[in-house]
Amino acid sequence: MLYRETGQYKTSYQADQAIFPIAQDRWFVFAVIAVAVFVVPFALDDYLVNAVMLPFLIFSLAALGLNILTGYCGQVSLGTGAFMAVGAYSTYKLVTAFPDLNLAIVVLLSGLVTAAVGVLFGLPSLRIKGFYLAVATLAAQFFLIWMFYKVGWFFNYNMTGQITMPNADVFGVQVTGPGAAPAARYLFCLGIVMVFALAAKNIVRGRIGREWMAIRDMDIAAEIIGIRPLQAKLSAFAVSSFYVGMAGSLYFGVWLGAAEPGEAFGIERSFLVLFMVIIGGLGSIVGNFFGAAFIVLLPILLKNLMVDGIGVEVVTAKHIEITLMGMLIIFFLIVEPHGLARLWQIAKEKLRLWPFPH
Amino acid sequence: MQTQKKIGDVVLAVDSISLSFGGVRALTGISFEVREHQVLSIIGPNGAGKSSMLNVINGFYHPQEGLITYRGVTRKQMRPHEAARQGIARTFQNIALFKGMSTLDNIMTGRNTMMHRGLFWQALRRGPAEREELAHRERVEQIIDFLEIEHIRKTPVGKLPYGLQKRVELGRALAAEPSMLLLDEPMAGMNVEEKQDMSRFILDVNDEFGTTIVLIEHDMGVVMDISDHVVVLDYGRKIGDGPPDEVRNNQAVIDAYLGVAHD
Amino acid sequence: MDWLFLTEVVLSGLMTGVMYSLVALGFVLIFKASGIFNFAQGVLALFAALALYDFLAPEGWFNQLFGFTLPVPLAILATAGVMVIVAWLIERLVLRHLVNQEGIILFMATIGLAYVLEGVGDLLFGSDVKPLDVGLPRGASDWLLDGFGLYIEKLEIVAAVTAALLVTVLALFFQYTRIGRALRAVADDHQAALSVGISLRTIWVIVWAVAGIVALVAGIMWGSKSGVQFSLSLIALKALPVLILGGFTSVPGAIVGGLIIGVGEKVAEIYLGPYVGGAIENWFAYMLALAFLLFRPQGLFGEKIIERV
Repeated sequence: MLYRETGQYKTSYQADQAIFPIAQDRWFVFAVIAVAVFVVPFALDDYLVNAVMLPFLIFSLAALGLNILTGYCGQVSLGTGAFMAVGAYSTYKLVTAFPDLNLAIVVLLSGLVTAAVGVLFGLPSLRIKGFYLAVATLAAQFFLIWMFYKVGWFFNYNMTGQITMPNADVFGVQVTGPGAAPAARYLFCLGIVMVFALAAKNIVRGRIGREWMAIRDMDIAAEIIGIRPLQAKLSAFAVSSFYVGMAGSLYFGVWLGAAEPGEAFGIERSFLVLFMVIIGGLGSIVGNFFGAAFIVLLPILLKNLMVDGIGVEVVTAKHIEITLMGMLIIFFLIVEPHGLARLWQIAKEKLRLWPFPH
Repeated sequence: MQTQKKIGDVVLAVDSISLSFGGVRALTGISFEVREHQVLSIIGPNGAGKSSMLNVINGFYHPQEGLITYRGVTRKQMRPHEAARQGIARTFQNIALFKGMSTLDNIMTGRNTMMHRGLFWQALRRGPAEREELAHRERVEQIIDFLEIEHIRKTPVGKLPYGLQKRVELGRALAAEPSMLLLDEPMAGMNVEEKQDMSRFILDVNDEFGTTIVLIEHDMGVVMDISDHVVVLDYGRKIGDGPPDEVRNNQAVIDAYLGVAHD
Repeated sequence: MDWLFLTEVVLSGLMTGVMYSLVALGFVLIFKASGIFNFAQGVLALFAALALYDFLAPEGWFNQLFGFTLPVPLAILATAGVMVIVAWLIERLVLRHLVNQEGIILFMATIGLAYVLEGVGDLLFGSDVKPLDVGLPRGASDWLLDGFGLYIEKLEIVAAVTAALLVTVLALFFQYTRIGRALRAVADDHQAALSVGISLRTIWVIVWAVAGIVALVAGIMWGSKSGVQFSLSLIALKALPVLILGGFTSVPGAIVGGLIIGVGEKVAEIYLGPYVGGAIENWFAYMLALAFLLFRPQGLFGEKIIERV
């Protein structure tokens, strides 16, 4: 009743191709953005920012990157953690070398560096597919983490081997380091995520997105109709790594403030982002937000329910979390491989018919 | 009765093509010519090497011997995206559509080689990239109109019935505005009505756009009706090459189809 | 050039390689028969070792429920039984529903499976390190030490012999038995196998059960060597390069691949490690696999894939 397209005619291809063709969708999205920008900053406290909002935004960005590579272009990657590390270490080197640089520029540059590294490790994908490519990305994962441990230049030869983020600001507002206001950190990340989510949506619905999907669906046919697999795959690696690098930069710079390679960027991180992409929905932009929200909130919910609520031990709760995560992955892969994004779509379609059942 | 159409000069010539896979000989010493604006059919019993021949023409298989001359340039082998860029488009025996995308998107991929706006403009969308996208969308919609598939333009092709998928695949090939179209059993698995529709589309394409058509087909009625020229393959060798009537009466061809033993 | 030392390094690498091969074997089995790359193979080995420990230890569930612990041979049999049940559950709850999905989906499902098995294993048995003693000989081989000056652990020799036996049995099984043939048919084409009356489900349960038992053997070897702990499941990650080298569908390939990786790693660590700060073992295997992927993607013994349109 509320959610109907009646009266909404498209009189141009441009209107037909809009991201949100249905007016109600547009209003909904604007409302969400308005709340996110104008309401949430005032409702924030340190805990909410650190435990929920920042990881949600940062992992959404990482998931966006991985989804581009795996969901849209069909190239499996288990190296997300290591590429986040590349972004983080790029940020560290840039900020320690140029302390007055606007952090937004630092984040962008970190993304570009990661894109270059991504292209390098993506070169094998031209001859390798499927699981084999997953192994190649594992090579990247283990090698890069080892490199960040061993090669002193990356952590400025400091004693601990750890990297710590100095204070940095954006247009005069401090967003990193202990003195930064929660709202500032939140808004900075929000801004980056919104801009680049829109960019990602635009890319995947245009020529390049179609090339990626063609490679994913049937790369032989794609080559025969004139798409160059080399360029398509490398562009997927580049764009994906750019996003993942930025996520790593924010992860270290704005959220954690300090990091050690194995712990922050190890293979568990790669799996975590992959799970977000699967649960959120392969080949979806909005799905990444669902997936990230799900994975970020699940441990918190479980902890509140089990540890605080029923009095289960923290260690046991962790084991249950792992089991539950695995079961959910299997569940989604069996029941809805297109993840929460498809479930959302189905819910909207039911809503269009409401109150009629079909 | 077809009105007399202008058949042009030789646009594609294959010369003594031989192709093997491991120990299996798919093609032996095949030579024939295709003329511009012609509809040429390649026929023959199953396993005769017809699909392999098409695959050699557009560069998916590389022959061990022989030469391919396309538009005056002679090569030992083609490369797939070179063939695409030189105006050769094709359809496949087992449909090779992109199952994860809609009809519209599938046909739009046929235009990808003509779209040039880079990553930055694509990310921005508004401006040059959008204009390019809309211009190509216009052309694709014309093809959708021509093939009468408007009602399924947003449907994921994986969900379409076989006959419609074949039509979408033809659409994708047409989207590239090819000068030569290679069709691998475009009417396989279709009923009489669908075959009539498909024949009509193929003839219309040949008529309106002058596209040269090389076609593999099993239905003799269709072949004899729409072809200007027929090449017959059997066990990887050419056993017939001429206008439909001549081939129809060729004893070797009749033997091949009736299964007379070879020495 | 210290030849004795080099020999020791190579032999040590070979022994580690055998251990890798044991795990890789399980992968090959499942991949051969169901086309699935089972990421959970390492966790299966861990789970098997945990279950075995439980049957043997006084503080385990079994003792608490029934009041006695099992002698080693019975415990091993019981664990094998557990693995068969696990295989049946996996087929019933997971595989059955993913029959026609593409490889990448199946692979990710096995990642989920690995997490489930790990979590359940931790919940049931606890995540502390447990010693595993099934009566395998310990310490260095005196004969080799005294006779040739080589330090090789007896345990590793036992592992090598067991692996050799397993490989022979499996290879014969695949080639000459009816079930082995059916397994190969299923690996080739699910639909075709179904159409000649082969029950996919039964085959899958058999394969995963056999893989589970192979995992059990691997678990026993690794567990005896370094205790039953979580890192056992990470061995799965090491098995990947082994399979790349050996080919995903080859049983002898898994062995050869494992040996090459084992030796390669050790040699690289000892001789190259000092120049770059050590710990090369973390990634050397992968780089080696990567190199192979670029030049010989099907591995040493795998089948070359011809794409047809």
